[in-house]
Amino acid sequence: MIELKNISKSFAGRDILKNVTTTFQPGHVNLVIGGSGSGKTVMMKCMVGLVEIDKGEILYDGKVFSGLNRKDRKPFRQEIGMVFQGGALFDSFTVEQNVMFPLNMFTTMSLEEKRDRVNFCLNRVNLVNVNKLSPTELSGGMKKRVAIARAIAPKPQYLFCDEPNSGLDPQTSIVIDNLIKEITEEFSITAIVNTHDMNSVVEIGDKIIYLYKGEKWWEGSMDDILRTDNKELNDFIFASKLAKGMKR
Amino acid sequence: MSPLVITMNWLFHLGRYWIFIKELIIKPEKFSIYWKQFLRELDNFGYGSLGIVALTSVFMGAVITIQTVYNLVNPLVPLSAVGIVARDSIILEFSPTMMSLVLAGKIGSSIASEIGTMRVTEQIDALEIMGINSSAYLVLPKILAAICIFPFVVVISMFLGIFGGWIAGVAAGVISSADYISGIQDGFVPFNIIFALIKTTTFAYIITTVSAYQGYYTEGGALEVGKSSTNAVVYSSILILIFDYVLTQLILT
Ligand SMILES: Nc1ncnc2c1ncn2[C@@H]1O[C@H](COP(=O)(O)OP(=O)(O)OP(=O)(O)O)[C@@H](O)[C@H]1O
Ligand SMILES: [Mg+2]
Repeated sequence: MIELKNISKSFAGRDILKNVTTTFQPGHVNLVIGGSGSGKTVMMKCMVGLVEIDKGEILYDGKVFSGLNRKDRKPFRQEIGMVFQGGALFDSFTVEQNVMFPLNMFTTMSLEEKRDRVNFCLNRVNLVNVNKLSPTELSGGMKKRVAIARAIAPKPQYLFCDEPNSGLDPQTSIVIDNLIKEITEEFSITAIVNTHDMNSVVEIGDKIIYLYKGEKWWEGSMDDILRTDNKELNDFIFASKLAKGMKR
Repeated sequence: MSPLVITMNWLFHLGRYWIFIKELIIKPEKFSIYWKQFLRELDNFGYGSLGIVALTSVFMGAVITIQTVYNLVNPLVPLSAVGIVARDSIILEFSPTMMSLVLAGKIGSSIASEIGTMRVTEQIDALEIMGINSSAYLVLPKILAAICIFPFVVVISMFLGIFGGWIAGVAAGVISSADYISGIQDGFVPFNIIFALIKTTTFAYIITTVSAYQGYYTEGGALEVGKSSTNAVVYSSILILIFDYVLTQLILT
C-alpha cells in the first residue's frame, strides 16, 4: 500500500500539488485522472522520488520513502516499475536489451532465463519478432508497449504508468488496460495509472482519483463516478457525447 | 549581465560540478556491465577518432616544418634544426593540446548530446527509477576510457605529425631527408613525452567530465541539447587552454 499524507509541491513559486492525501491499495488499479496540466505526472514523479516533495510524507507499506537519500531508497527501487509518458527507452539498446536491462543489473539469472523472461514480457504486450529492432524503428505505440514490458520484467510490487495508452489505437489500448489489470490482480501489485482515457476508467478503474488544479478534488470507485454530482468532475468525464450516454 | 551575476553563475556551476563528480565515485552495481560500457567507449574514443587525428596530425606536422624552414633564414643555423623544432613543438604542444582540442570538438559534443538527449527523453529518470546511479553508470566508463585511450591517440599523433613534416619538407624540396632525420634524433628529451602524456590525461578528464556535466544538467528539449553540446566544446576548449598554460608553467619551469 502507498500512502500520501498532505503532500505539496511547487515549482518556482507556482503551486502544482496542494495538500494531496490519499492511499493506493495493493491488488487494485488506481487511476489518477485530471485535465492536462493538473499535476498527474508531477504527482507520479513525487511518488517515485524523481521529484522531491516540499511538504508531507510518502509511505510504502508503512515505511517512509520521502526524504530518504539514494542509498536508503535502494530497497524500494527494486520493487518499483515505471512506464514514462514518452516511453523513455534506451535508444542505444535494442528492444531485447531494453527489457533485459533491469534483469542484467539486479538479478543473477542466466542468459537463458533472462531471454525467456524477456520473451514472456514482450508476448504479454502483444509484441513478437521485434527483439532485435532498435527503439527508433518502432511506432509510438510499440515503444509504449516495450516500456511496459521493461517495467514489468523484474516483477515489481508497485507499477506506475503515466498515460500507458495515449497514442495507442482503441484495440491495443484495451489490450494494455487488460494487461495492467491482469498483472495487478495476479501478483497483487499496486498499480497507479495516470490517464485521461475514459474508456480505461470504465474498464479497469478500481479506485479513481480526480486531480483538479493540483488538488485531490474527488476520489471513489467506478460506480461512484457515474453517480457523482461533483461539477468539475462531471464536466471532465462527460465532456464527450459518447460519455454522456453512460450517465445513469 | 553584471560581473556579480557572472561570478555567481560560475560559482554555481563549479559547486554543482564538484557534487556531480563526487556522486560518480561509487561501487558499481554490477562490474560486468560497467566493463562492457568501458570497452564500448574505448572503441568509440580510440578507434573512432583515429581518422580525424591522423588527418590533422599529418597536416599539422607538414605546416610546422615548412613554416620553420621559412622562418629559419640564418645561414649559420644548420637545416637539421628544423627537425628539432618540428619534433619538440609537435611532442610538447601540438599533439597533446591541438589533438585534445580536436577531440573536444568530436568527443565532447557527442558525449554532451548523448547524455543530454537521455536527460530530456527521461532515459536518465528511467535509470534512476531502477535504482541505478545514472551519473556513475553513464559517465564513469567514459572518463576512464578517455584517460586510458587518449595517450595512445596522442602518441600516434606525434608519430604522424613528425612523419607529415618529413614528407612535406622533402616533397617541397626545402629540407633533405637526411637533415630532417638527424634533426629529429638530436638532443631528444624523453621526459617531454611524459610531460605530454600528463597533459593529455588531464585534458581527457576535462573533456569527458565537462561535457558529461553539460549534458547531464540539460533542461528542456532538442534545442537545449544543442546548446549543451556547444557549451561542452566551448568550456572544455577554454579549460584545456588554461590548464595547458598552468601545467607548462608548473612542470617545465
Ligand atoms: N520540472 C518542472 N518545472 C516547472 N514546472 C513544472 C515542472 N514539471 C511540471 N511543471 C508544471 O506542473 C504542471 C503540471 O504538470 P504535469 O506534467 O504534472 O501535468 P499532467 O497532469 O501530467 O498533464 P498531461 O495530462 O498533459 O500529461 C504544469 O503546469 C507544468 O507546467
Ligand atoms: Mg502528464
